Amino acid sequence: MFIVKYIKDVWNAVRSLLKGMRRTGYYFTHHKEIITQQYPDNKDTLHLPERFKGEVVMLHDENNEHLCTGCTACELACPNATIKIITKFDITPDGKKKKAIDKFVYHLELCTMCNLCIIACPTDAIKMAQTFEHSVFDRSELTKILNKPGSKIKEGVE
Amino acid sequence: MWSFSGISNSIHEWLSQTFNPTLTIIIEMVIAGVAVIGLFAGLGLVLVIMERKVSAWMQIRLGPNRVGPKGMFQSLADTLKLLVKEGLTPTGADKLLFNLAPFIAMIVAMLLMAPIAFAKDFQLWDLNIGVLYVSAISSMMVISILMAGWASNNKYSLMGAMRSGAQIVSYELSAGLSVLSIVVLTGSLRVSDIIQSQADGWWIFKGHIPAVIAFVTFIIAVTAETNRAPFDLAEAESELTAGFHTEYSGMKFALFFLAEYVNVFIVCAIGATLFLGGWMPFHIGHWAGFNHVMDYIPSSLWFFGKTFFLIFVIMWFRWTFPRLRIDQLLNLEWKYLLPISMVNLLLVTAMAILKWHF
Ligand code: SF4
Ligand code: SF4
Repeated sequence: MFIVKYIKDVWNAVRSLLKGMRRTGYYFTHHKEIITQQYPDNKDTLHLPERFKGEVVMLHDENNEHLCTGCTACELACPNATIKIITKFDITPDGKKKKAIDKFVYHLELCTMCNLCIIACPTDAIKMAQTFEHSVFDRSELTKILNKPGSKIKEGVE
Repeated sequence: MWSFSGISNSIHEWLSQTFNPTLTIIIEMVIAGVAVIGLFAGLGLVLVIMERKVSAWMQIRLGPNRVGPKGMFQSLADTLKLLVKEGLTPTGADKLLFNLAPFIAMIVAMLLMAPIAFAKDFQLWDLNIGVLYVSAISSMMVISILMAGWASNNKYSLMGAMRSGAQIVSYELSAGLSVLSIVVLTGSLRVSDIIQSQADGWWIFKGHIPAVIAFVTFIIAVTAETNRAPFDLAEAESELTAGFHTEYSGMKFALFFLAEYVNVFIVCAIGATLFLGGWMPFHIGHWAGFNHVMDYIPSSLWFFGKTFFLIFVIMWFRWTFPRLRIDQLLNLEWKYLLPISMVNLLLVTAMAILKWHF
């Protein structure tokens, strides 16, 4: 019946709107939990959520070794060409040529923090860091080389 | 006892003793004009900080908290910023209309102040068609918005203005119908008569359920008429940058901003007058003792208390509900609010004829 549906519509609308108003009214009257981060003031106690994504970094251990094989899976996964992998060929002790990473170029200014590169990496060589103060005076400073100078791939990672 | 009407009467007496009648009238008009402008400035400051605090609290935020104690002087700082900003006029704009539009918005808001009773016997102009006057003048608001949108020579502005035209024209109907239902109950268009008729109880209580329905439709319709969320399609930041005032900056923008808040105040004042008794204290039927105690609270406090309560409700809407799409907006008006308020008006009329209300 048309008229029944009409009244039902009105009734449901009023009910759900009142539900929403009850929620905001509750927040208004219970002014305890605050989500505002008073940022520069609370720098020391700042707590970022675990999944916060600030920038892509490459993990290095104490021997300055990383896990990146130079497979370029992250470069391919990136939707906006943020990553450029420059590879080189190392000569292994038994005289064979082996593909290795020369430079991991990361354009922070292009990155949308989508996390796709991290998911794509087969060896978990890169991860998202929680740093977020990225302002610089010159744009070129945002182009970073993620593998540290003199670093090499860890033994046994293929 | 100290009261607004006492002050105004003593000013009037003093003036009429000192000057001749014509001069008295002119001076009184000037005083009233200055008072209204002062009230506007005060309202702007108070309502902006109130809006920001209310929105912050409803969204579990802190809100402005740096300027002055608990951020209470934030709106003063904002005003200062707007005052020193440059008021740009775009090259392609129609200069005259572009610069005129914000002033029309303000003038409409000022005209609407005339029939509002701020306290007992304290009213600028108690004309016998007060309610009709309010609905007539408030529909002029759309002219300033259309003017601003058209003169800006900007797609966003024009779009916002057209939307707001459609919106105000349609919501005026249900606002008018719900106002009419109170007029039917009172039998008068004069604001002071309407307030006087609520001496033994406000209409929202005396008028049973139809009055409550009229009140709800009135609040919804005036929220739409003042272009506030969830009906802020004329601005719609996410689609139209700032709608009709995209091209405005500095003080001209501030005037639009102020006009919005003053309009909210005015419609809430009218809502309070029609449904909640204006300055009339809370009276229950013939409980003389209780009514007498209530009379001790000054009438201006009653008026501002009710008005600010309604303003709070409208702010509550704004920070709870998502914005409607233009077709949903018009559906709501033409398919729901208008038929409901028409049937409701019929009920109210039957009630008034059969004397079912208290
Ligand atoms: S987070 Fe996304 S955008 Fe940034 S480098 Fe990784 S894949 Fe590219
Ligand atoms: S970071 Fe991971 S995905 Fe990217 S090149 Fe190195 S190993 Fe391959």
